[in-house]
Amino acid sequence: MTETEQYNFAYLDEQTKRMIRRTLLKALAIPGYQVPFASREMPMPYGWGTGGVQVTAAVLTPADSLKVIDQGADDTTNAVSIRKFFEKTAGVATTTRTGEASVIQTRHRIPEAPLGEGQILVYQVPIPEPLRFLEPRETETRKMHALEEYGLMHVKLYEDIARHGEIATAYAYPVRVEGRYVMDPSPIPKFDNPKMEMAAIQLFGAGREQRIYALPPYSRVVSLDFEDHPFEATKADHPCALCGAEGSYLDEVIVDDAGGRMFVCSDTDFCAGRRAAGHVGKEGGA
Amino acid sequence: MQVQALTGGFDDAPRAAAIAFRAMLEAMARPGRIFDIAGAAPPAPLSVAAGTALLVLADGTTPVHLAGGHDTADLRDWITFHTGAPLCGRAEASFAVGGWQALLPLDDWRIGQPDYPDRSATLIVEMAALVPAGARLTGPGIETEHRLGLPEVAGFRANAALFPLGLDFLFTAGARIAALPRTTKVEAG
Repeated sequence: MTETEQYNFAYLDEQTKRMIRRTLLKALAIPGYQVPFASREMPMPYGWGTGGVQVTAAVLTPADSLKVIDQGADDTTNAVSIRKFFEKTAGVATTTRTGEASVIQTRHRIPEAPLGEGQILVYQVPIPEPLRFLEPRETETRKMHALEEYGLMHVKLYEDIARHGEIATAYAYPVRVEGRYVMDPSPIPKFDNPKMEMAAIQLFGAGREQRIYALPPYSRVVSLDFEDHPFEATKADHPCALCGAEGSYLDEVIVDDAGGRMFVCSDTDFCAGRRAAGHVGKEGGA
Repeated sequence: MQVQALTGGFDDAPRAAAIAFRAMLEAMARPGRIFDIAGAAPPAPLSVAAGTALLVLADGTTPVHLAGGHDTADLRDWITFHTGAPLCGRAEASFAVGGWQALLPLDDWRIGQPDYPDRSATLIVEMAALVPAGARLTGPGIETEHRLGLPEVAGFRANAALFPLGLDFLFTAGARIAALPRTTKVEAG
């Protein structure tokens, strides 16, 4: 018996997967609404993607090719350990190529390359409730969603403008789905918000908070803003130092003790693909 | 209980259920598009698709209602043995299976509450055939429009008007499945 055969396919027991699968179908039927589910203990701590892992386990099939990214990178601890987890427990193929993956689990980024039909993007969500920092009581936020009472969120964005001259929220920027539910897009940079209107299925799992929500393909996802302060998808105003990309989201990397820094693509597969195709940034030579 | 009730489950439950669920997930995410689904071999009159959907989703926590001609002793035994789901009346059902006429009127079923719209029933509608022609569907999950032959239009329009409350539908025929969540706008084709 191989190590993979010692696990039930994709780790979770069938009873748990049925419960998560029912939740996923209701989540797709009510886009942006957070459906409660009986989140399980996973063999990793909360905050390391237990919600995303449970959703991925419930949707994986033996034929899938899985990609896992953390802040855009395939080679960080969180991404590597989750990828290994599913290699071991589901025996599925894994890849780092965005275009070849059928299921992509992500922490805090949407890949630069557009996703297509047949792909599923699974987000790891720490705090699914967009109103949580404005109203700590679950009983109240639940009522606010039921009554479509989102004035408080606009007050928060307005206070940003009053204090900073602009909306200072740079990540986990709240969106409104299909004109109804206000949703937390997970802590993706607001640069990624416009990409959420896509052809792939987007599923969100919050393990500690026990919530799952979803966006069907082509759903209308509008970032909240004001007429005179329209939403702006911002990024560092540089090209990538390695591949020269002008339009990708960048990480700032400190390279020495004298304040030296460089900006590189946060999506490592996108950057590597461009460099393989011959694009070179100003520090990308040799 | 007949021997028949003990057969017809998944051969390899974890993998068969995973593959079948993926078809259901795609169906619910892309309303009106028809997908192949198989794995279960339920007794008549339950279709392969409807039987597979129940094996994927139903268990001891989800009351199931068998409507009209689907309320047979064979089927009751099969569902009880394979899923453990309690069989129930219309008002308590999480899932209901039957022909369209047997599932009417739609206001018999749970549509959820304003603070928990997910606590609503999913109706599995057995159809003679699924055809990608007929009613015009638009809404989340649909790029421009999808077409699907539906038993009627008015009932689905009334259901969509309840949003965010409402029922969600799976349509099954043979080994094929399509879905219609409450968000889909339905117009006569």
